[in-house]
Amino acid sequence: MKEFRHPGLDRLRKKKLLCLALTLALLVAFALVSAGTGSIRLSPGELLSALFGGGEAAARTVLFEIRLPRTLAAILVGAALGMSGAVMQCVLANPLASASTLGVSQGAAFGAAVGIIVFGGGAVGSGGDYAVQIDNPYIVTLCAFVFGSASTAVIVAISRLRRDLGPGALVLAGVALSSLFTGGSTLLQYFADDTKLGAVVFWTFGDLGGTNWGELALLAAVTAASFAYFMLRRWDYNALGAGSDTASSLGVNVRAVTLAGMAVCTAASALAVSFVGIISFIGLVAPHAMRRFVGDDYRWLLPCSAAGGALLLLLADLVSRVLIAPVILPVGAITSFLGAPVFLYLLLKGGAARA
Amino acid sequence: MLEVRNISFGYTSERLVLDSVGFTAQPGEVVAVLGNNGAGKSTLIKCMDRILTPRSGEVISEGQELLSLGRRELARVCAYVPQTPPGGTLTVFDSVLLGRRPHITWDASPHDREVAMEALGRMGLDGLALRRVDELSGGERQKAALARALAQEPRLMLLDEPTSALDPHNQHETMRVVRELAREKNICAVCILHDLNLAVRYCDRFLFLRGARVFACGGREVMTSENIEEVYGMHVHIVDYMGIPLVVPFPEIQL
Repeated sequence: MKEFRHPGLDRLRKKKLLCLALTLALLVAFALVSAGTGSIRLSPGELLSALFGGGEAAARTVLFEIRLPRTLAAILVGAALGMSGAVMQCVLANPLASASTLGVSQGAAFGAAVGIIVFGGGAVGSGGDYAVQIDNPYIVTLCAFVFGSASTAVIVAISRLRRDLGPGALVLAGVALSSLFTGGSTLLQYFADDTKLGAVVFWTFGDLGGTNWGELALLAAVTAASFAYFMLRRWDYNALGAGSDTASSLGVNVRAVTLAGMAVCTAASALAVSFVGIISFIGLVAPHAMRRFVGDDYRWLLPCSAAGGALLLLLADLVSRVLIAPVILPVGAITSFLGAPVFLYLLLKGGAARA
Repeated sequence: MLEVRNISFGYTSERLVLDSVGFTAQPGEVVAVLGNNGAGKSTLIKCMDRILTPRSGEVISEGQELLSLGRRELARVCAYVPQTPPGGTLTVFDSVLLGRRPHITWDASPHDREVAMEALGRMGLDGLALRRVDELSGGERQKAALARALAQEPRLMLLDEPTSALDPHNQHETMRVVRELAREKNICAVCILHDLNLAVRYCDRFLFLRGARVFACGGREVMTSENIEEVYGMHVHIVDYMGIPLVVPFPEIQL
């Protein structure tokens, strides 16, 4: 077959490839910085030798018990939130859709409150690095995941009952459910004692340091599976950008792609949030920032949003650790502080960030 | 041969928007769908591509019943162009390449890219291939959407007012391309048109819809001033100017 060439198209493709490669390179670089930074500083040399089983035992312990889990958690959670945000914005045709605006985060926070206060996942005083420790993390994580998925499950159920509801109505349903969950959390907190209240509030700050290798493996598997599914559907997401009638006429089962996309997004982001707490804005900022470079082309936007989300959360985590070290600031607050101005800047600059 | 039989559709159970609508057309023909606002024209062509699911009816194109096909199979034989194509930040080329989606399994092949580029060329959009769709004018967007339909290589084209956003020159240019394509590939094109002069000049068959039903359907012989008056409620004369049929409206004359 004759090779199809077009100089302009090739240049554009190279530009998109460069954007992805640059993001990934920065991600690797900052992952190394993140793994080396902390109360025990590891030089790049020490880091590499520890990584491959050499160097001092203490360095290996710090790396494998503390630094690597934290760095990987930031990368996986950031990637899950970034790509879920991109897909939610696409299938709901709404630039404001993301896990934190559709009730996933609020649901997870409510779930965590239920786990801590009702099921006594409770807290035990202060100890270790943290002011408050959660006594039974599994019940809290489980509750956070269940309620984090609940709001989208309700949205999906509503749209199955009323087949004529458009994407706008689904977004509004998400907003309504988030405020319901926020109200629920407030009520639970009102009746909780001080330690439990402390634990709930601490959970909602977001904490990347609490994940173990088993949880990371689960997170990695779900994030990778979701990414594979999204990539399989990348042409469908591009087609949806041309309007749902056109997408339909191009052979896309619009309802099925929308509902399945929402379900996968919710599972991935609810799982991420239930392990590390509320991380807002990543799902909103990462896709919009990447749209400026690659446009609404989901063949490139999906990997770029995943890499961009990972990079953003990694940077936020790094900032939260070095700003007033050795105190580790709540990473959720940092993402909001970094995210909101970046987002406003993107809006003012206009360009590819459509809103 | 295209045969549409008994298509009925209603958004609510009480009122039918289409009531047993049917018509036929030969391969290579361009069919104009005519009727006043709200007559069910857009609904008809959406039902023919199952963007809306009709309550009953069949669409038989070249011996194949389309409405029972799977979505992807349907998209391989039937293309649809909406009235006002939305923007988006895809490049014009990528947006036309989407027309290949029904033929793509994992990624676009060089052949797919070539077909997309040819379709762009046919609509005279070569120079805009790298522009973003949302930077195009309404008319250019409409032509890009038509190019996407061409890239689909369909056996049936459904066009919802393909000329509504175009200047006079481009209106004729676009209708000429549609007719040329129908003849060349021996396929049917069904266009909703509001401009009766474009319809009478470029279309072979005319389908008048009124009150959810077919009012008249046929060749040039149904394009009479009586039919137009009945459907649009407006007095018209059809005159011949240098061999070109012209519909001249007289809205000031009370019927």
